[in-house]
Amino acid sequence: MIRFLVRRVLGLVPVFLIIVTVIFFLIRLAPGGPFEQGERFVAPEALEQLRAAYNLDAPLYRQYLDYLFDLVRGDLGPSMKQPSRTVAEWIALRAPVSMELGFYALLVACTLGLLAGVTAALRPNSLTDYVPMSFAMVGICVPIFVLGPLLMLIFSIWLGWLPVAGWGPPNTKILPALTLGAPYVAYIARLARGGMFEVLAQDFIRTARAKGLSEARVVLRHALRGGIQPVVSFLGPAAAGLLTGSFVVEKVFQIPGLGSQFVDAAFNRDYTMLLGAVLFYAVLILVFNLLVDVAQALLDPRVRYGK
Amino acid sequence: MKLRASLCVGVALILTCAVGCTSGGGNAADGAILHVGAGAEPQNLDPYRVTGHNEHRILTSLFEGLTTLNQVTLAVEPGAAESWTVSPDGLVYTFKLNPNAKWSNGTPVTAKDFVYGWKRHLSARLGSEYAYMLWCIVNAEEYTKGKVTDFSQVGVKALDDTTLEVTLKYPVPAFLTMHIHYSWFPVLQSNVEAFGAIDDPNNTKWTLAGNMISNGPFKLVEWSPNQIIRVTRNDFYWDAANVKLDGVEFYPYSNLPTEEREFRAGRLDVTESLLATKIETYRREHPELLHIDPMIGTYFYRLNVTRKPLDNPKVRRALAMSIDRQSICDNVLFGAVVPAAAFTPPGLAGYTPEASIPYNVEEARKLLAEAGYPNGEGMRPLDILFNESEDHRRIAEAIQDMWKKNLNVDARPTQQEWKVYLNSMTTLDYDVARSAWIADYLDPINYLECFETGGGNNRTGWSSPEFDALVAKTRLSPDQEVRFPLLQQAERLLLDEAPLAPIYSYRQRFLLAPRVQGLKSNMLGYLNYKSFSISDAN
Repeated sequence: MIRFLVRRVLGLVPVFLIIVTVIFFLIRLAPGGPFEQGERFVAPEALEQLRAAYNLDAPLYRQYLDYLFDLVRGDLGPSMKQPSRTVAEWIALRAPVSMELGFYALLVACTLGLLAGVTAALRPNSLTDYVPMSFAMVGICVPIFVLGPLLMLIFSIWLGWLPVAGWGPPNTKILPALTLGAPYVAYIARLARGGMFEVLAQDFIRTARAKGLSEARVVLRHALRGGIQPVVSFLGPAAAGLLTGSFVVEKVFQIPGLGSQFVDAAFNRDYTMLLGAVLFYAVLILVFNLLVDVAQALLDPRVRYGK
Repeated sequence: MKLRASLCVGVALILTCAVGCTSGGGNAADGAILHVGAGAEPQNLDPYRVTGHNEHRILTSLFEGLTTLNQVTLAVEPGAAESWTVSPDGLVYTFKLNPNAKWSNGTPVTAKDFVYGWKRHLSARLGSEYAYMLWCIVNAEEYTKGKVTDFSQVGVKALDDTTLEVTLKYPVPAFLTMHIHYSWFPVLQSNVEAFGAIDDPNNTKWTLAGNMISNGPFKLVEWSPNQIIRVTRNDFYWDAANVKLDGVEFYPYSNLPTEEREFRAGRLDVTESLLATKIETYRREHPELLHIDPMIGTYFYRLNVTRKPLDNPKVRRALAMSIDRQSICDNVLFGAVVPAAAFTPPGLAGYTPEASIPYNVEEARKLLAEAGYPNGEGMRPLDILFNESEDHRRIAEAIQDMWKKNLNVDARPTQQEWKVYLNSMTTLDYDVARSAWIADYLDPINYLECFETGGGNNRTGWSSPEFDALVAKTRLSPDQEVRFPLLQQAERLLLDEAPLAPIYSYRQRFLLAPRVQGLKSNMLGYLNYKSFSISDAN
């Protein structure tokens, strides 16, 4: 197992290097730089000095090598457009907010998704199946930039129960978590329904029922473990998706997360901030994939030996 | 069991959240605190490292220049300087600083603080986009460009702690009004240099809450990015007795619908803007909350004169004359703006443009025929370039339709991402590009100098020695009686040659809660926070 783990971790190094390289050169291909263009002109002399201050006057390969060297030392550099903090400080300030939002959204997705999926599987082709599954379909179909303002309108403007936007007291977190989690509720519900449906039809469930166990015990004790297997496999990518995919929700609900920072950095050509955010997301996704692989290896020894 | 446990945790969390519903964030009814929509998140709070209007809103509460303006009349009032004298030729200003003017740490504001701040602003290494605002000072431009390295040669002198002498390169009648712009604010040397070098572009840590020392009516107590910028009274401020607010909270809502919903929920007193599509609803249902007032700003199209057939002034003028601006203002922008037939907007320090480009389809067709394109025959399709915005798209589509209908000229609206669009405009890689100019101060020259030959803000390739000479001549005299006719001539020339097609003059549109007293619009969109108070009666 340790050899497997070491092999997988070492395998991440070239992947990470490829990501750094591709992103570094890709963002330089976009027209305009952090300082060259603004609504007002900048004196060329000042511009030159500014570019020198951020090493942008060096040849591109030199900038790349310098960046790699700094990266190895753990230095992500200064933010070019928001210089009151370094890139690392910005990430440290804003990533926890995105992660907290992602966590709540995952919680919402698991809770509501499993409830809907399991309930639907217990009474197939009945109202208790159709109603939650229809809601699940709506969750998949309605984009979050529509769902967010809709929830805002109902719960904040009409009912006045929740704040419109912001991030602070617990009540500010309900609508963003629901909005971000909604599509995942739908996926989890459908996966749980399928999984449970399959397990409930198996012989050992019939045996359990024949033994006279209560339906609740049969479902919770015997069927659930196998039934939610597809959901567990989905949780890795889902968690990564929730943590990295909150741009729109952050924008709509004015949440100070890394997603909105990332989008602003892209528009401002804040090279260092953009690279820092991409690398942070890349590490997050690589780690989540690694965790899924490890979990699978633990459950199934054949994975460990590459069979 | 594990599943049941996690279900329980989930339910408990949701219940906790629901209980939290009764508590809340900001509330527009919590005393003399003004809740302001601040537009996008400020990139910075260093007065010399910002360019935006949103930053201006915040910095005006924190810092004060030598003068301030009356919130309503825009008359010049004392700021950090209590009085000033001007030499007869309009070139030398001597400011006497208010001896009671203090920084938020209690130390006096001195003339040296202004000299230091402007030195920092002009230093090339800092790379300020607004350094050119100070270039009217003797040798200021040369210092930014490295031609003068000794700052003592720049026309700013601290004669003693409370006397500042500024020598201008040429008379600038609007000079005293310019000091409301953050470019002219002072900064405290010991505060800046506690965190880095004077000209280090990365040295802005001093602007964080807890670090910043400012000289305005308020001081910074919290800056939570994308959440809130909170300022409270600066008890050391020289005019603290006349500051009626206890504090201001700025909310950086970059999303206009979210900002408007926050206003409706009673959590904002004043919005930064309002979607044009919402205007009719507010006019009908809550006219008392809606404010649509004049401001100095012109929306126009640049025409690239280096490309055929736009190198022909007759073609350019024909295109400009066939735009039905009234229709755009009424039907595309719901009456939120007013048509502009000239480049300078009306009411600019008493200046009125004498020339215009009227909407005249017959004349436009005639000009196009004279240029060799009768009924548009032989004209290639023109690309209309604009950056992402629904309004820009709708305007471009309306003009595409007008050019087709009126001149039989084809146009193709082309959208580009902001930086790509700016790059295309600067490198003259476009036919027609949407643009706007919001004046920095109340003087028509701030508009017209944009079109001087080789000017960084020209971006059309247009050049006219006659126009350049007229603009240069206006810089010889501080007398408006002499300057305005010259500027009117220059504008006539500009509009005759039409490297631009004016479309509309901006108007400020925003929502204002009735409990706010003293907040009246002015053309500069300038907020003098000293003038505002909160009324409990509403």
